[in-house]
Amino acid sequence: MTKKTKLTDIASLFKDLNIESLDGVTIEGDIELNITGGGGLNPALAYALGQEISHISLHMANIGRILGYPVDQLFSQAPGMGVAGVTTPTKTTMQELLAAKFEVSPIKNWTNPIQEVTLGATSADGGSRKSTVTLGGENALPYYFDAEMPHRNYITMDVFDMPIGMAKAVKSNYEDVINDPAEWAKKVVRDFNADMVTIHLISTDPLIKDTSARDAAKVVEDVLQAVDVPIVIGGSGNPQKDPEVLEKAAEAASGERVLLASASLNLDYERIAKAAVDNGHVVLSWTQLEINAQKELNRKLMKQCNVPRDSIIMDPTTAALGYGLDYAYTNMERIRLAGLMGDDELTFPMSSGTTNAWGAREAWMVSSPLPQDSEWGAREYRGPIWEIITGLALSLAGNDLFMMMHPTSVQVIKEITQTLYGSIESKTVDISNWIGAEV
Amino acid sequence: MKINSPLEAYKYLPATNCGECGEQTCMAFAAHLIDRSKKLTECKPILEEKFAKKFKELQTLLAPEIREVEIGVGERAVKIGGDDVLYRHRLTFFNQTALAYDVWDTMPENEFVERVKKIDDFKKFYVGSFLTLNMVAVRCVSKDPKKFANAVKKVIENTDMPLILCSFDPAVLKAGLEVAKDKNPLLYAANKDNWQQVADLAIEYNVPVTLFSPDDLDTLKSLAVTFAKMGTEKLVLDPGTFPTGKDLKKTFTNFLKIRRAGIEGDKDIAYPIMAVPLTAWMTQDDVVSASYWETVVASIFTIKYGDVMIMHSLEGYALLPQLHIRDTIYTDPRKPVSVQPGMNKIGTPDKDSPVLVTTNFALTYYTVESDLASSKINCYLWAIDTDGLGVEAAVAGGQLTAAKIKKGIEDSGFDLKKDTTHNSIVLPGLAARLQGDLEDETGARILIGPADSGRLPGWMEKNWPPKPK
Ligand code: B12
Ligand code: SF4
Repeated sequence: MTKKTKLTDIASLFKDLNIESLDGVTIEGDIELNITGGGGLNPALAYALGQEISHISLHMANIGRILGYPVDQLFSQAPGMGVAGVTTPTKTTMQELLAAKFEVSPIKNWTNPIQEVTLGATSADGGSRKSTVTLGGENALPYYFDAEMPHRNYITMDVFDMPIGMAKAVKSNYEDVINDPAEWAKKVVRDFNADMVTIHLISTDPLIKDTSARDAAKVVEDVLQAVDVPIVIGGSGNPQKDPEVLEKAAEAASGERVLLASASLNLDYERIAKAAVDNGHVVLSWTQLEINAQKELNRKLMKQCNVPRDSIIMDPTTAALGYGLDYAYTNMERIRLAGLMGDDELTFPMSSGTTNAWGAREAWMVSSPLPQDSEWGAREYRGPIWEIITGLALSLAGNDLFMMMHPTSVQVIKEITQTLYGSIESKTVDISNWIGAEV
Repeated sequence: MKINSPLEAYKYLPATNCGECGEQTCMAFAAHLIDRSKKLTECKPILEEKFAKKFKELQTLLAPEIREVEIGVGERAVKIGGDDVLYRHRLTFFNQTALAYDVWDTMPENEFVERVKKIDDFKKFYVGSFLTLNMVAVRCVSKDPKKFANAVKKVIENTDMPLILCSFDPAVLKAGLEVAKDKNPLLYAANKDNWQQVADLAIEYNVPVTLFSPDDLDTLKSLAVTFAKMGTEKLVLDPGTFPTGKDLKKTFTNFLKIRRAGIEGDKDIAYPIMAVPLTAWMTQDDVVSASYWETVVASIFTIKYGDVMIMHSLEGYALLPQLHIRDTIYTDPRKPVSVQPGMNKIGTPDKDSPVLVTTNFALTYYTVESDLASSKINCYLWAIDTDGLGVEAAVAGGQLTAAKIKKGIEDSGFDLKKDTTHNSIVLPGLAARLQGDLEDETGARILIGPADSGRLPGWMEKNWPPKPK
């Protein structure tokens, strides 16, 4: 809004500012000031007026000089009021806060939604799960105000088909079930609130126990019996054996819409993709910290193996905090941004092997091996928080599903991701007096 | 930064290719200005009077979108802000989040001093240097200016770290400032009630000041615009850190909004942002839960745009992840972090000392080196040139091979047969599969060390010196 104010109006305006210098002065003529914005004499207007008037007074002073009046003498009598001093005052006194409106626009080039993928099938869909999990569907980076996030993050907890080496803090939670994958699966759902269970068939590795694919498939059946949440089936990571193991496992779980982990570029991904398609499962597309490799594998799964778009989840690899998380974080963030901006080869939900955090020595060592280091603190607290911060960072980069191990880490990751998702009520606390708080 | 191609910057340079800046051409120098690896003042000719106008113009164009604010004096002074991008891969984030830990003026003297020293001393070795904490935040709990001034004085006597003076009472802040006026402390905070007096202090003492407006961005911007008008742009914005639930989500949103507006060119709000994860302690009772939640909140705002933060927990298990997540986010993604390849002597090795092999990835090399040095193992350690990759990735990708190791050792003029009594090499456990090849290549005996170099001391006890075949 533009408002014209005649100079003759100004004297009356000055009353409010306690300035009496124009008293008794009549200014005639048609000098007009254009004042943009504001309404009435708000502080911003007063400020602008003040500035204009100062300028006018400079012109007036010049006229005074031309007429021979000792203007400068007059100015110098008032302390700090030399004409030169008018240019940049180091400090301006303000009576009121200047009005301001905060504005920010939503991101315009996030035009492509992330694919929705559902894991698990209930009896209505030919499976036996009581619940299902849907991932993806985002139109923005996670928890951003630009668009509602359709689904919360989910957690699948690790179960192994044989006892394995684990950090002490992790192991102590599973000692009673370590020889029984079905009981182990029950425990993580019942006691630790897991949304899903991952059964890792590591004993099938020829270098470990070389368990047959058929025997491994039985373990999968046991786990499906034991719990009614969706499951993930993981191989041993052996590229020769995994295709066969995952094939048999996929058959055993036919119709349950499990996540098969994983297809990768260094094994026969076609066999794994086919096993998934034939039995109605979802494929985990796993690459190692390389955005182009991820595009390549996704493309091959879609074009060469005919895996439907709603049956692919990506694992771009998780590195632990302090051990490559900078790569993993940025890799995921770039993948998610590329997807949102229209790269159809990257618009899939993501999964993280957050358990990898336990590989960092800070997570499991009793204390620092270096005497110069300050105290690292008790390791039973260090391990879980290492897993939490690793997962939390990736959740902010766009990760949807977390594969995790420690019950405390699971609980805290759930709490914080659901907080940012917006489904947790706040505890009332008056932060305006935090300085004086007793903490 | 208002420009993004070297050509645009080049237009303002003297175009003489004189080379004084250390670059061959002005164009090469311009490229460094754009990626922010060089400063304009490194071009001496442009500082001459005749280029004054161009210098000024270019400097304005090159200024980062988010203002830089300096806190403290001397070696431990910190700079915050100065960012140009919303995602680290687009350039890099500049000026690590400054981590401040609190002390308060009602603490018993001995505890107080001990706490300040703990903040001052804390360190964690990582990639060749120590990760450390940055600042001390002094909270006025007593409401007594004298007590507060005393506390500030005690901090100054015990550390050179920069200070944050925390009170909403201008009289208290003034008392603190009188004691710390030479230390360029950060004032915390001006709000909508006390802003005039706090602004007077900030300007009179010429120190940076935080503006606090919990969950009210209009008022926060109002404060910023007003302070700028009054004569100071050394500002830090605190939109309030609400520690739980939907309020925390709002806080997260506020951080995103402020930084996005700033990067997109709203100069009025383009200042560093402060988070106060310490508020987690107002909702959690026990030390472990509070330390955990505080670390979680701190991590969120390290990743999403917090430039300075105030925390309370000094538990090692909380500080370690706080330091590491900051390092993670602020590591320059453009630089492979590697060390000079070649032989390094650890301690005072002789002919009986072991010969160990690792890679030139900085994280790998420094981890191994410090493990060896701290357990006083005298040895020769080779950093093999793997293009800056760690052991596992380099073995998988073919950058660490038997031939490379052989060449690495020979290039240093080292002869295993003459310079050692044992003619053997210790490989990292994760490079075990190179054993056969390396034996064939070198004719030396190849021992397989542990998978983690932290276990080398124990391994040495069992396996060194190598038993005769
Ligand atoms: C970060 C990372 C990368 C980064 C590498 C960054 C870098 N500068 O190295 C990038 C993204 C580039 C990368 C690429 C690849 N990676 Co990668 N990567 C990782 C990751 C996540 C962390 C590695 C790391 O930094 N570790 C930390 C450092 C300090 O460990 P380190 O070097 O091994 O050192 C320790 C020990 O070896 C030991 N040690 C070291 N020296 C010595 C010396 C002696 C004498 C002794 C006794 C001990 C010892 O102590 C050190 C401290 O604990 C791991 C997964 C994981 N482990 O979490 C995968 C991993 C190493 N990568 C892997 C692979 C396959 C690859 C790729 C081949 C993927 C691909 N197909 O493109 C490429 C190869 C790139 C190439 N060579 O060209 C695999 C390796 C599998 C294998 N065992 O063969 C891993 C294990 C992932 C996996 N589970 O599959 N990777
Ligand atoms: S010092 Fe300046 S003038 Fe000389 S080459 Fe470098 S950029 Fe060009």
